[in-house]
Order: sequence, then C-alpha cells, then structure tokens
Amino acid sequence: MQTAEWPTDTELPTTSRAVRKLADRVATAGVYAAASFTILLVFAIGVALLAKAWPVLTGKPLARILFSSVWKPSRGEFGFYPFILGTLWVTVLAMAMSVPVSLLAAVCLAEYAGRRVRAVAKPLLDLLAGIPSVVIGLCGWLAVVPAVAALGERFGQYTTGLCVLSGAIVLAVMVFPVTISVCEEVLRSVPLQAREASMAVGATHWQTVKHVLLRAVYPGITAAVILGFSRAFGETMAVLMVVGNVPQAPHSLFDPAYPLPALVANSYGEVMSIPRTESALMLAALILMAVVLAFNLLARLVIRRIRSRVVVA
Amino acid sequence: MMKLRVLEEYVVKALMVLACLIVAGSLVGVVAVMLVKGLPVLRLKMLVQVSQGGSSLGQEGGILNAILGSLCLGLGGTLGAILLALPIVSFLQRDYGGRTLFGKFTRLALDVLWGIPSIVYGAFGFIIMLYLGIRASLLGGIIALTLVELPIMARGMDEVARLVPMELKEASYAVGSTRLEVTLKVTWRQCLPGFVTAVLLAFGRGIGDAASVLFTAGYSEFLPRSVMEPVASLPIAVYQQYLSPFPEVQQRAYVSATTLLVIVLLVSILSRLSAARFARHVVR
Repeated sequence: MQTAEWPTDTELPTTSRAVRKLADRVATAGVYAAASFTILLVFAIGVALLAKAWPVLTGKPLARILFSSVWKPSRGEFGFYPFILGTLWVTVLAMAMSVPVSLLAAVCLAEYAGRRVRAVAKPLLDLLAGIPSVVIGLCGWLAVVPAVAALGERFGQYTTGLCVLSGAIVLAVMVFPVTISVCEEVLRSVPLQAREASMAVGATHWQTVKHVLLRAVYPGITAAVILGFSRAFGETMAVLMVVGNVPQAPHSLFDPAYPLPALVANSYGEVMSIPRTESALMLAALILMAVVLAFNLLARLVIRRIRSRVVVA
Repeated sequence: MMKLRVLEEYVVKALMVLACLIVAGSLVGVVAVMLVKGLPVLRLKMLVQVSQGGSSLGQEGGILNAILGSLCLGLGGTLGAILLALPIVSFLQRDYGGRTLFGKFTRLALDVLWGIPSIVYGAFGFIIMLYLGIRASLLGGIIALTLVELPIMARGMDEVARLVPMELKEASYAVGSTRLEVTLKVTWRQCLPGFVTAVLLAFGRGIGDAASVLFTAGYSEFLPRSVMEPVASLPIAVYQQYLSPFPEVQQRAYVSATTLLVIVLLVSILSRLSAARFARHVVR
C-alpha cells in the first residue's frame, strides 16, 4: 500500500523550471560519463598492461616465453612455463575436488532442502564468499599444510605440506560459493512441470534430478564450472600462502608449485629496479586477465542463453 | 528393481548431506581455526598500539596501525566506488540508456570487471601511480580498492534497481518530474535497502582484499597522517608477519587475521540488519 502522504501546496517544488532542467542536463551528462568510464576502464586496463608488457613480448617469440622454463630476470630470461603449469595444476585439481561437492550441495539446496534450510544456507554461503583470502590462506597454512604433510608421509613422499594439494584444497573452499550459487540458480530455473511429469510416471526424486533436471541445466552447470575456474585462476593470496612458491613445474600432488598470481604478488617489491622484470610481471598479469576474461564471457554467454530459453516462474 | 532405485535414492541423499557438511564444515573450520589461534594471544593493548621496530622483526607493539589503515583504505575505496556506482546504476535504468546498445555494453563491461582478479587491479593501480608520479600510499591503495569494489557494488545495486516498477516512475513523470528527480526521489529511495546492502558487501570485500593493496598502499608502522604516505592494512600485516621466526610477531599476524574476520562478519551481519531497517522507505 502507498503510505506516503500527498504533499501539500507549500511542499511542492518551488525551484524554477530553468534550474530543474539544467540540473537534469548536468545529471544526464554525468551518468553517460560514468557509463563510458566503465567501458573505457576495461580497455584501459588491457592497454596499460599490454603497453607495459610490450618490451618482453616483442623481445622473443611468444611460444618461447610461454614454454621456456628458464626464469632468470638478471639475464633477461623470462620463461613462464613452470608458472603456467603450476597455475593449471592447482586450479584443475581444485575444480576436480570442488565441482562434485558443489553440485551435490546445490542439488540438495535446490531440490531436497526445505525453505528453512535454504534461508539459513544462503547467508552462510555469502559469508563464506566474503571471508578475506588472507584469512583462508592463514587457516590453510595452520591446518591444511600440516595435514597434507602428514598425508604425504603416509604415502612415502617427503613434503613440507606446502604443495599443489594444499593449494588446491584451499582454492576448492574458495570456489564453493561461486559454483554452488550458480548451480542452484540454474536448477531452480527449471519449471516445476518438468519435475511433475517425471514423478508422475513413477520416477524417484533422484531419478528425476538425474534424468530430467541435470540434463536440462547441463549448460548452466558448465557455466558454473567455468565461472568457478576463472575465480580460482586469479586467486592470489590464499594460494600463495600454502603452495610453496618454488619456480619448477610440479610433477606430483606433493610437489610445490608457483602459480602466476603468486609470482606477480611475490616478486613485485624486489624487482622494481629492473624494468624488464616489471615488464615480465605485467605480462603475467595480462595473461591472467586474458584467460579470466575469456572464461567469464563464455560462462555469461551460456547463462544468458539458458535464461532466454527457460521461463523463470 | 524397485529396491535398487530406492537404495540409489538413499545413497545419493547421504552423499548430498556429506557434501553440505563439507561446505558448512569448511566455513566453521575457518572461523574456528581463527578463533582458536587468535583469541588466546589477543591482548587488548595489541589493538591500541602501533607495531614497533620493523614489521617482521619488531616484537613490541600491536596492530593499531593496520586496523586504522585498513579502515581508511576500506572507507576511501567504498566512497570512491559509491561515487562511480550510483551514476552507472542510474544510467542502467530504462530512463537513461539501460535498454540501448550502450547500456548492454556497460553491463557487459561490469561483468568483465567483476571477473578480473584483484592482483590485476593491483598491477593496474601501480601503473596509474607510476603515471601520476605517486609512490605507494593511502591514495594509491584507495584508487586500487575503488576499482576492486566498483563492479561488486554496481552489480549488486543494479540487481535491485532493475526491480523498481516502471509504473511508480511513470506516476512521477506524469506530474512533470525530470529524469533526475525521478532517479533521486523514486528510484534511489525505492532501492535504498538494496543499495546499503551492496555498499556493505563491497566494503567487506574491499577491506579484506590483499592482492590489490600489496603494491599500491605499501606498509607503514605509523598511523596514516596524509593520503600521500604509505599505510598499513590488516591483510598485508597478516601476509608480512605470519612467517616470522618470532612468536610475538607471528601472534600479531593471527590477531590481525582474527580482527579482519570479525570485521567482515560484523559487516555481513550489519548488512542484513540494515536492509530490514531501511526497507520502511520502500513503497510496496
């Protein structure tokens, strides 16, 4: 119901027409400027990073930069191979751990849980998403790293616990909120009739989920995984604190790794005096941005197509 | 056959409960570890003293510089993001360019910015600072945090602003309001609870973000006195001190992390409470 009272005559705007029109013009210019700023910012970030990375990019063929493992800033050798491989190991492993759990939790929340459980779960997920990455990293360092070290010992592998597995566990926790909330959203976008049709012919709830729902939202789940992946790919602090930061390509779960974001964060302070190294680090940031950007756009494309196809009640 | 299906249902249900427990357990685990490690070493004087004698060597002092620095950075970044997000979100309304191609590209740009990792914002902020000729400072940190918080805030605001019914605005246009007046007095007022939630959400993300302030804000043992001086922050205090060989310094890292976690939790609770409080301005 409309509860506000009608303004009386004395409260009606007395500002002159010209002033009101001028204010409107100025505001219009302002909002258009702000919107242009948003679009320009994306290009500005890309161009600035590219310009800074240019000296290293043009120095050697791109393939040699990406696939060489020699990282000797003092000699101008920048091989990103160990860092790219380290990023991939940690991220892929994290997704492999996170996706099945997220999917099951999302199905549980969207299909099985009652309204009350959902009302509690949603804020808790937001809370988990909001925990600063240094805090998660510190917890990983205090709790996950010793556990992984003990695990490595049982498998007969010497490890300090600062390794790919620890990084992946920490990342998996950070990816949960992203994948769960997107999966839940797409699951709930399926119309109720689809479930009713399946259950009417005698399918159990899980059979309905398996044969009807998951098949219907398959692209949406792909999108959730891609979004989670791109979140994990750029995550810096939490991974940096538990992954060991040794610039070598890892060969097992218990080997240390040195992902790209950690490289940028760790070496920035030391190398400001060497312009070539700064350029190489900017290239690392550019690679991160390019990969994350491509993945994000892909995921959004998929989500948009689903939204246009499924009528959300 | 029947039994197998029912059995499958039970097994899957058990797995689902397990999955939910893993997720909930990781949240509880993080909070528990921080409380167990942080609370026993927390002394009140740690919170009211600045750290002394080098960030990773000094065994005396507390984390006041980091707490105040973080608050300054967080508030500055949030203010910057509000100033940019409000006009952007207003533009995304149908009244201005929301339905045009320009509007679509603006939304896409926000999506893209939302996905960019904060370490990239840190690097970009650093390039801006080089260009402007400023060193690692409070101002640099605020610029970087503004960029980090902007997409989070703008997307949150846009989600509520989209829900404002057009009829409500049309009523105002019908009596001769300009677009500015409708935006300020109808749209913003109607969205106030959602805007407050979005602002608090962005503040929570900003204050906990380490990667973007790492090279833009630097670190300092003193309280921030001017925007051109380097400033300490809680995330960076954790990052610099947790590996220290001195237990006193390491404890300071734990206390910093616990303080940060408590601030973020408080902001999160506050946003839920405030959303309900500001809802009385909304016409339903």
